[in-house]
Amino acid sequence: MSTVPEQKNGFRRFYGHGIPRVKVEELAGKLIVVEGADGSGRSTQIARLVDWLEIGGHPTVQVGLKRSTLVSKELELAQKGNILSRSTLSLFYATDFADQLENIILPALKAGFIVLADRYIYTLMARDMVRGMDEGWLKNLYGIAIKPDAVFYLSVQPQELVQRNLSKNATLDYWESGMDLGFSRDMFDSFVKYQTTMQGAFRKLQKTYGFTIIDGNRPVGSITKDLRKKIRMVLAEK
Amino acid sequence: MKTFAELNFPGRLIAVEGLDGSGKSTQIYLLKRWLEAEGIKVYFSEWNSSELVKSATSKGKKRELLTPTTFCLIHATDFADRYERHLLPLLRAGYVVLCDRYVFTAFARDVVRGCLPEWVRGIYNFAALPDITFFFKTDLEVSLNRILEGRPKLKFFEAGMDLRLSTDPYESFRIFQGRILEQYVAMSDEFKFVVMDANQNVEKQQCVVRKLVGEKIELRKFRRRSPLPLPPAIQPVENKAKDHEEDLAAV
Repeated sequence: MSTVPEQKNGFRRFYGHGIPRVKVEELAGKLIVVEGADGSGRSTQIARLVDWLEIGGHPTVQVGLKRSTLVSKELELAQKGNILSRSTLSLFYATDFADQLENIILPALKAGFIVLADRYIYTLMARDMVRGMDEGWLKNLYGIAIKPDAVFYLSVQPQELVQRNLSKNATLDYWESGMDLGFSRDMFDSFVKYQTTMQGAFRKLQKTYGFTIIDGNRPVGSITKDLRKKIRMVLAEK
Repeated sequence: MKTFAELNFPGRLIAVEGLDGSGKSTQIYLLKRWLEAEGIKVYFSEWNSSELVKSATSKGKKRELLTPTTFCLIHATDFADRYERHLLPLLRAGYVVLCDRYVFTAFARDVVRGCLPEWVRGIYNFAALPDITFFFKTDLEVSLNRILEGRPKLKFFEAGMDLRLSTDPYESFRIFQGRILEQYVAMSDEFKFVVMDANQNVEKQQCVVRKLVGEKIELRKFRRRSPLPLPPAIQPVENKAKDHEEDLAAV
């Protein structure tokens, strides 16, 4: 299955109207997105890909959620207080995304870098969708986003995600458990229910945005091998 | 987009819009004093004042980190926080909410900064329209003089310096404010702004504001002690009449 078919001919575009005054034809680098829940092996895979790419002589840059200079600290603080309503949460993350898009992603692509995104607009959209935000509203909001060259979604069973998260942190994250949604007062139940709902939202988004689903239940090494093979093809496209 | 009254909210929202130096903050302050003295449940909310977002915005402004896109989004975040946590619950509780600037400020400023109008409007489309929007329209020179007299040091974004209109902050401010004024004027009909002649003296304008508010909003319904109106279907008829008598007695 091809990742993003339209880009085979080096066709780059924004999802919507994009960012004022940015010329897409100047963006020579590649944008590779890895999506997946906490515990899906995202960060591990990205670290391995960075090693592989840099040893191969490719310059790379990494971005991810809640890493902007502009709002990351404030967003972290707001999430600790658990007082964020859904539009606020959504727009806060959109601001964080836009700041990285304009200050890191676009300049790096212009300079010919390979940008590895540890999650992108799809996680943000999926989270908002399960919180009842309107899809059309989200589509307009993220019309500023540049279309990646490849998007990989690491799909892992919610039951397996619970095990991985608990073995790593011995606790489940409030937001990753969707506690704000009131599925259940029991964090374990809420986590499983939330992650199942999120996977449903991702399947819905997959139909529109056509990303590649990677079976993340397999051993780390075979996932890496799989990703390398697919990324090699992306890099071969000019 | 519908107004709060059209959406059957028990509360009402009044917004003021206009250029810096148009006198809108003075007018809404005086309106607030009057409504409070009348015993009305009033809440005042100012643009760009959410506790949650403020520190990020001021950092972004001080360090000049903001682009037109992030400028728009961070203000939308600020608005969303105030809207969801303060305005909506208060409007449900039957308050008269006064807003010093509302979504129209974003519609005007962000578009002047070069954001796509449809994008900006789409972002704010979760917000209902005010029941009354006063647009304090001044001659550009009048509002410029009011600002430039009192506070000669202009901030970077306030002067629209990010638009590179001029290297001189005063010249930049003039051009920037002129363009915002054009946007407000262009929106006046579409959003049924009550256009106020803000070149007039303050007292005269306040009289007009109070009169209009009294005509358009049945203020006695928003008194502190009056009970919340029940949904029409379950409201017993005889109580309704009694409430009315009590209200009359209170007057």
